[in-house]
Amino acid sequence: MISLAGRDILHAWGKFVFTGLGLGLLIGVTLVMAGVYRGMVDDGKALLDNSGADLWVVQKDTLGPYAESSSLNDDVYRSIRAMPGVARAANATYLTMQVRKGDGDVRAMVVGIAPGQPASTPGWPPYLVAGRQITRAHYEAVADVASGFALGDRIAIRRNHYTVVGLTRRMVSSSGDPMIFIPLKDAQEAQFLKDNDAIRQSRRRTAANPVFSRPGQPGVLEAVIASQSTNAFVNTVLVRLEPGHAADAVADAIRRWKRLTVYTRPQMEDILVGKLIATSARQIGMFLAILAVVSAAIVAFIIYSLTMDKIREIAVLKLIGTRNRTIAAMIMQQALALGVLGFVVGKISASLAAPYFPKYVLLVPLDSIAGFFAVLVICVLASLVAIRIALAVDPAEAIGG
Amino acid sequence: MSARGIRIEGLRKRYGEGDTAVEALKGVDMQVAPGEVVGLIGPSGSGKSTLLKCLGAVIDPTAGRMTLGDEVIYDDGWKVRDLRALRRDKIGFVFQAPYLIPFLDVTDNVALLPMLAGLGNAEARATALALLTALDVQHRARAMPSQLSGGEQQRVAIARGLVNRPPVILADEPTAPLDSTRAMAVIRILNDMARKYQTAIIVVTHDEKIIPTFRRIFHIRDGVTTEEPGEGRGFD
Repeated sequence: MISLAGRDILHAWGKFVFTGLGLGLLIGVTLVMAGVYRGMVDDGKALLDNSGADLWVVQKDTLGPYAESSSLNDDVYRSIRAMPGVARAANATYLTMQVRKGDGDVRAMVVGIAPGQPASTPGWPPYLVAGRQITRAHYEAVADVASGFALGDRIAIRRNHYTVVGLTRRMVSSSGDPMIFIPLKDAQEAQFLKDNDAIRQSRRRTAANPVFSRPGQPGVLEAVIASQSTNAFVNTVLVRLEPGHAADAVADAIRRWKRLTVYTRPQMEDILVGKLIATSARQIGMFLAILAVVSAAIVAFIIYSLTMDKIREIAVLKLIGTRNRTIAAMIMQQALALGVLGFVVGKISASLAAPYFPKYVLLVPLDSIAGFFAVLVICVLASLVAIRIALAVDPAEAIGG
Repeated sequence: MSARGIRIEGLRKRYGEGDTAVEALKGVDMQVAPGEVVGLIGPSGSGKSTLLKCLGAVIDPTAGRMTLGDEVIYDDGWKVRDLRALRRDKIGFVFQAPYLIPFLDVTDNVALLPMLAGLGNAEARATALALLTALDVQHRARAMPSQLSGGEQQRVAIARGLVNRPPVILADEPTAPLDSTRAMAVIRILNDMARKYQTAIIVVTHDEKIIPTFRRIFHIRDGVTTEEPGEGRGFD
């Protein structure tokens, strides 16, 4: 038996191909949207992986340091390091900001890393693609290549300048912003450093407060002013466990004895994926749903239109004894062929376009497979209207009068 | 009467019920022998189309009896079960416009029916090609319908009607869109094919040019047929 669907497609190939291309671009956008979500999740996991931590100790009752602000005294890490099961503990700060780059700026997450060694101190970039790690206490930086900085570039953060001594890759925040690693002390200063006018204003206000200038209490005012211009806080303490210790048990001990909030890796993943990007995920989900409906409407319209164009031929086919299922199969095969063509175009266009998106787009094969079957289901559903119309055609319509 | 051909006895068709009922056919009797081409003529609203649809097993009569070849296909409310297969295997159709399937070439337009009946593609195409040769359109076998002239399209449509060797062919105004030369050519072909394949052909027509060619003519008026001899001109 000849393929009626195939012959009809070849006969009206122009309409079919251009519809397939249009549908394909729509499917391509859908796949990219799914890739954007996967990229966000992957960015979040990369952030956790790259921190090199097993536990995140943050300010009590906060979801810090990535989803909420968190502030801890920078000497807390010492007592944590002394707890059973803790191999390493290091302070870290995270500050997302616009970093000046030439005449423009680039959005980046500035990470303050504690003095130490990459392998032994949590928070350090675990590998470099060029240059070296930070070796000096101040004014050196390691930047992710996505920031656009090159070795030897000068980065301006607040009022200080840093020399890029190393480059790393896939070190991004959960928002996909590239990371710039600088020494912890510099990062602490950058978080709270104000301009000169603001500092002067603050000192004037403090000096005007009679509480700090009582007779018989010399040095109070100077001490208060000194405390205002220094920052003894960090956002988190990154903890690496000794082998053989359960993360939950150590986390419970820190919570109990230090009265701080501690997150294990699964809990932190839940915060990043379930909370931080949950709204974005819902947004993307809405877009996917809309795109699916639009795709279905396009397929339904074109198949309906192709069917209506040959109502008389369908009546003739029925009159000369063609089975209903042959006619239904013809229409459904056309819809499926349109879907397959659209998916191939969509997959190719998504794969070609993904690297050019500003945010990381991760095209997962499983998503493509699921997308392919979703397209087929949509095509089958979209063809039902046309099939219904075709089956309702009276063979008597082929006979005049 | 041989085993092939068609016989209709007391065929009735009523549309609607009660006061609004319309009786389109009021006891039609008709018999067409194998190899015979008869004309069916009548004014608009006389019941021609209803009769054609009943004969084509597209609508059910209300009463009467229809026999196609050896097989009774309708008898006072009883009818054969698979009308689709009946139309495919026992009835050929030739329409006013050829209504060829635009996305199939000439050969496949003709071969589609035997394929639907279960014949293999190669065999069906060979059968189609033999018929196209008989109708002298074999040189357009690979052409698409849109590339054919009106006369060629009608010949292909006749080949499609004949391809399953049905006992009866219903031709609904087959010469309407053609000039007199082509119309006469089509009627000649129908007569040749009827004789060659021993098929009974009923030609519904208004075409004055071809009416004198029939040996028998059925007039239908107000749902009743009357038979009269035709001139049978030109096909002795």
